[in-house]
Amino acid sequence: MDKKLQEQLLKKSKAAKLERLGRGVSFSALLLITLTVFAIILFVASKGLSTFFSNHVNFWDFLSGKSWNPSVTNSHGQPEVGALPMILGSFIVTILSAIIATPFAIGTAIFMTEISPRRGAAILQPVTELLVGIPSVVYGFIGLTVVVPAVRTVFGGSGFGIFSGTFVLFVMILPTVTSMTVDALKTVPRYYREAALALGATRWQMIYKVVLRAATPGILTAIVFGMARAFGEALAVQMVIGNAALVPTSLFAPASTLTSVLTTGIGNTVMGSMQNNALWSLALVLLVMSLIFNLVIRLIGRKGAMPK
Amino acid sequence: MRKSRWIQLVIVLVIVVLGTAGYVTRKTTHADMTITAVGSTALQPLVEAAGEEYSGQHLGTFINVQGGGSGTGLSQIQEGAVDIGNSDVFAEEQKGIKANRLVDHRVAVVGITPIVNKKVGVKRLTTAQLIKIFTGRVTNWSQLGGRHQPIVLLNRAQGSGTRMTFERWALKGARSKPAQEQDSSGMVRQIVATTPGAISYVGFSYADQSVQAITLNGVSPTDENVKTNRWPIWSYEHMYTSRTPGPLTQRFIRYIQSAHIQRTLVKQLGYISVADMHVSRDVSGRVGEK
Repeated sequence: MDKKLQEQLLKKSKAAKLERLGRGVSFSALLLITLTVFAIILFVASKGLSTFFSNHVNFWDFLSGKSWNPSVTNSHGQPEVGALPMILGSFIVTILSAIIATPFAIGTAIFMTEISPRRGAAILQPVTELLVGIPSVVYGFIGLTVVVPAVRTVFGGSGFGIFSGTFVLFVMILPTVTSMTVDALKTVPRYYREAALALGATRWQMIYKVVLRAATPGILTAIVFGMARAFGEALAVQMVIGNAALVPTSLFAPASTLTSVLTTGIGNTVMGSMQNNALWSLALVLLVMSLIFNLVIRLIGRKGAMPK
Repeated sequence: MRKSRWIQLVIVLVIVVLGTAGYVTRKTTHADMTITAVGSTALQPLVEAAGEEYSGQHLGTFINVQGGGSGTGLSQIQEGAVDIGNSDVFAEEQKGIKANRLVDHRVAVVGITPIVNKKVGVKRLTTAQLIKIFTGRVTNWSQLGGRHQPIVLLNRAQGSGTRMTFERWALKGARSKPAQEQDSSGMVRQIVATTPGAISYVGFSYADQSVQAITLNGVSPTDENVKTNRWPIWSYEHMYTSRTPGPLTQRFIRYIQSAHIQRTLVKQLGYISVADMHVSRDVSGRVGEK
């Protein structure tokens, strides 16, 4: 009797076994994802850095050179791999689209959380969710058939360029920024609002002086998230920006982004060749940039954590 | 508890069944019945159509055709990852390819023509004028007798077979100045058709009513002129294999080169049959009687 009881007490229960199994499964999932991420970073880095180490391209020339023509060598016997036009192009479209999207996103979010939560939830919520779900090729196609001709007739030129790219990206990142801004506004505690109103603030004063201020870190995170998405978007931008590896001189002249050069070029190069490595270097720049965006998001989140 | 055990059992069973099925079919089909051809998007329609016909006639075989570009085709066949690498250019012309390890099979010829927007008012150009346009020394159509309209250059992506052929034979090796780039011929045609002042180049099969094909040095872009090399802007479509291709690969390439395919599909899809060419041209560009 005593022995049996002891055995029963010392034996692992079914629940405990299940627990252990669950822990094992979730831990291995985590391990797999971490390994994948590190493998990708390692792969892109090794490919991208070989431009500099095995093809002996000067890193500074790569970042500041203005001429992108990897299959051609210049007068110094160096391949022409100046990535400045693409880096500039990527940054300009990203920043411009974020600048345009932010006021719209904040306005929509204020309407949805402060002014008319019920109607906002009924109409705007599904609309923004729908916008998120539209594939980027559709945005690109609309950009190509609607935005580009419109820009051409209004501003002249070919219609392809940074302006068209910005416009398409603005629509693409708007839902992301909006829904994250809504979340940020929702986390502002109710008593902030009540206190402001009790002190005699009008609704606008309450929103502007209290809610928006309190939610600033969250809104910044939303904007950086949108920028990260804009920076990495390839297909839609590629269809409307014109893909000319030129330092942008005007909003309406064709330009290129890191992603657009990557997608148009990768199929025409041979793995392991200098031309291919140069494209991997562009991919490395993209990867590093998205890591930086992530870092910024974390920093903002840590600095501006809302006191509960 | 009982129910969840059932589900577990079913899941395990499904995995086992699928796994075995996959393993078994992989073994049998991979032996000889499936080949993969990867590469040039210009050649892709022909290989796809021929592959479908071939599979229809030889049940159980499957020709898997993918795009990816000439560079991809050549590098994949060099690595032995695929059975056939499709390319618009000679393997010798592509950097990073050891051409002596590959076997060239020419299956068709594609003529390439400059195209312009219909409203520029120019239908005839000389080679010198074309070079001036693409190197940026002429920037307005009025300088060439057309309308007062800035010239908008449109290139294919760097390393594209069409672009390499065009720069080599139409621009006499001159490099186009940096300009807009597009990665497909269909896109190029659409943009040229809708953008005022645009000029670019596409394969003959893409030059339709929506754009104006250019008569170069008094020679019009027709199949007949390509056959005699009076129209010099053309390239072979190559299917590269390793030195020891599998039996199905050999049979399939022989099938594409057969008179049947060359007379039907090749013509229907806008290519020119290699057999109809009066001349041949080698890597270095020497043209000889055939």
